Amino acid sequence: MRAIAKFLYGRRGFYLALLLLPPLLWLGTVYLGSLLALLMQSFYAIDEFTARIVPKLTLATYRQLVSHPANVDIILRTLGMAAAVTVMAAVVAFPIANYMARHASPRMKAVFYVGVMLPMWTSYLVKVYAWRLVLAKQGILFWFVDQLGLTPALDAALTTPVIGGPSLASSYLGMFIVFVYMWLPFMILPLTAALERVPQSLLQASADLGARPGQTFRNVVLPLALPGLAAGSVFTFSLTLGDYIIPSVVGAPGYFIGMMVYQQQGTVGNLPLAAAFSVVPIILIAIYLSLAKRLGAFDAL
Amino acid sequence: MTPAIELAGVSRLFGAVRALDEVSLAVAPGEFFALLGPSGSGKTTCLRLIAGFDRPTHGNVMLDGENVTNIPPFDRSVNTVFQDYALFPHMSVAENVAYGPKVRGVSETERQRLALEVLELVRLAALADRSPAQLSGGQKQRVALARSLINKPKVLLLDEPLGALDLRLREEMQIELKAIQQQVGITFVYVTHDQGEALSMADRVAVFREGRMEQLDSPRALYERPRTAFVARFVGSANVVEGELARSITGAPRAFAIRAEAIEVLATGAPVPDGALCCEGVLEDLHYHGATSRWHVRTDAGPAIAAVRSEGLPTAATARGSRVRLAWSRESIVLLTDT
Repeated sequence: MRAIAKFLYGRRGFYLALLLLPPLLWLGTVYLGSLLALLMQSFYAIDEFTARIVPKLTLATYRQLVSHPANVDIILRTLGMAAAVTVMAAVVAFPIANYMARHASPRMKAVFYVGVMLPMWTSYLVKVYAWRLVLAKQGILFWFVDQLGLTPALDAALTTPVIGGPSLASSYLGMFIVFVYMWLPFMILPLTAALERVPQSLLQASADLGARPGQTFRNVVLPLALPGLAAGSVFTFSLTLGDYIIPSVVGAPGYFIGMMVYQQQGTVGNLPLAAAFSVVPIILIAIYLSLAKRLGAFDAL
Repeated sequence: MTPAIELAGVSRLFGAVRALDEVSLAVAPGEFFALLGPSGSGKTTCLRLIAGFDRPTHGNVMLDGENVTNIPPFDRSVNTVFQDYALFPHMSVAENVAYGPKVRGVSETERQRLALEVLELVRLAALADRSPAQLSGGQKQRVALARSLINKPKVLLLDEPLGALDLRLREEMQIELKAIQQQVGITFVYVTHDQGEALSMADRVAVFREGRMEQLDSPRALYERPRTAFVARFVGSANVVEGELARSITGAPRAFAIRAEAIEVLATGAPVPDGALCCEGVLEDLHYHGATSRWHVRTDAGPAIAAVRSEGLPTAATARGSRVRLAWSRESIVLLTDT
């Protein structure tokens, strides 16, 4: 043992290579390799008559993707939902993250961490189906809203075109609520980490120099929390873009990207089109990240 | 004249701990006022109460005659230079400096002009476009100073501002700070645990110990006439002689302070001038400091006394363990009120 330790100690490069080789092999071949294989598929096309994949590079599948108005609708619908969920998750997460990072006692902080993580310990499917019951017409949420005397407000929301529907469980509004619920921890955790890194003295300095709390928030807290906000929003954004279970269990009947991928590769067997659909979120995330970078979201890193 | 700052019977309790205990003091406009004390003595708490980051449990804080006890920091005409500088990492030097005018709604061009003007004052105009991460400690310090001065506050609070700098830079900045203070004429309240810094810069110094103010005096008075054993030790590094040793020297048990440099080291049995006080002991240690040397003598009564002499090699024996006589004039002792 001692001889091995001595041998490795003098050869740091070799030692690092030895440590990194297995995970890099995994990442490179299994993880990225299969992703690349999937992307390759999107440049193939399916033969209309034989329903066989023709292994010849072509843009026909992509042409099919963007030329059908229905497909474009699906992409826009998913994108709109992902953007709305991300904004709402950020709005809900910020006060919680701020409390956890700045005001909570160590004990309270532990309670909050467990509280935030707890829903992730249960099965995702169970939660989605539970939400369908919660949001149903005779569900607990309707009852609760009724107890508060807010039924007219809820009815008004449900009669609003696009977001409304017969009940919350069969409307985009309900789907939106479930998405925000599901991905909230992924926004709270990076945001808390980012806010924890902002020294208290910076906030005091801002107040000391004459800034009111709102100005301190805008000028100091928000810019310094942007990397955390960016990280959290990549999670909420990409998770919403790729999800196919929530849209198929809760909400209005309109298709989402994830459902399309599922259907094309399973039921229809058009693997190239499924692959092309799964490229869309990757492109959208890439655009989002480059926009965030240009806005200076990562300057404070 | 209305004091720039007045603390009236101010206490700050954290649970059962009295971080600040019934402190009253007044700072005159334009004064360079130092709060001196070891860590945990209450000096920083005092500063935070003046800045408004904290509120006193009892008592009032007045700024320029106005009671500001319950006014938040952003509505006080007081600015703070933080120990860690607290520069905004996502802003350039100029943006940092212009922050105060910005949140007060001063126009872009006007605040740029103001920022450059103040940066000239601290000789950093050339670095206006740098980010704080690219600055040295001394430069960050000056940016923090400029960022506060641009608001033309009535009072500038400085919390151990030179603590993170190396000795040479610290000495340069002491001179520069003092010069800037005289140039702008703003009241400075300076928190430090370094008595040399307090003595060399301040007009008056308040010495803190365990939440209480021990003595408030000019540097010279603090050094030459400490009232308590704590002040004598902390400010002047003086010898405090008490109990049996005091009785054997002066004939009375009252404690007194004697500064190390007022003590002469003689050979045992050597004649002492008329009226001089003396005692004898064993030389325990001799530290050579270049210009001076420090003698540690264990007196026969028990306590050790330190003497600092500037002459090269004294006449007395210099070997450890040899007996020496210590002598000083009666006028150089300062009787202390308590220990």
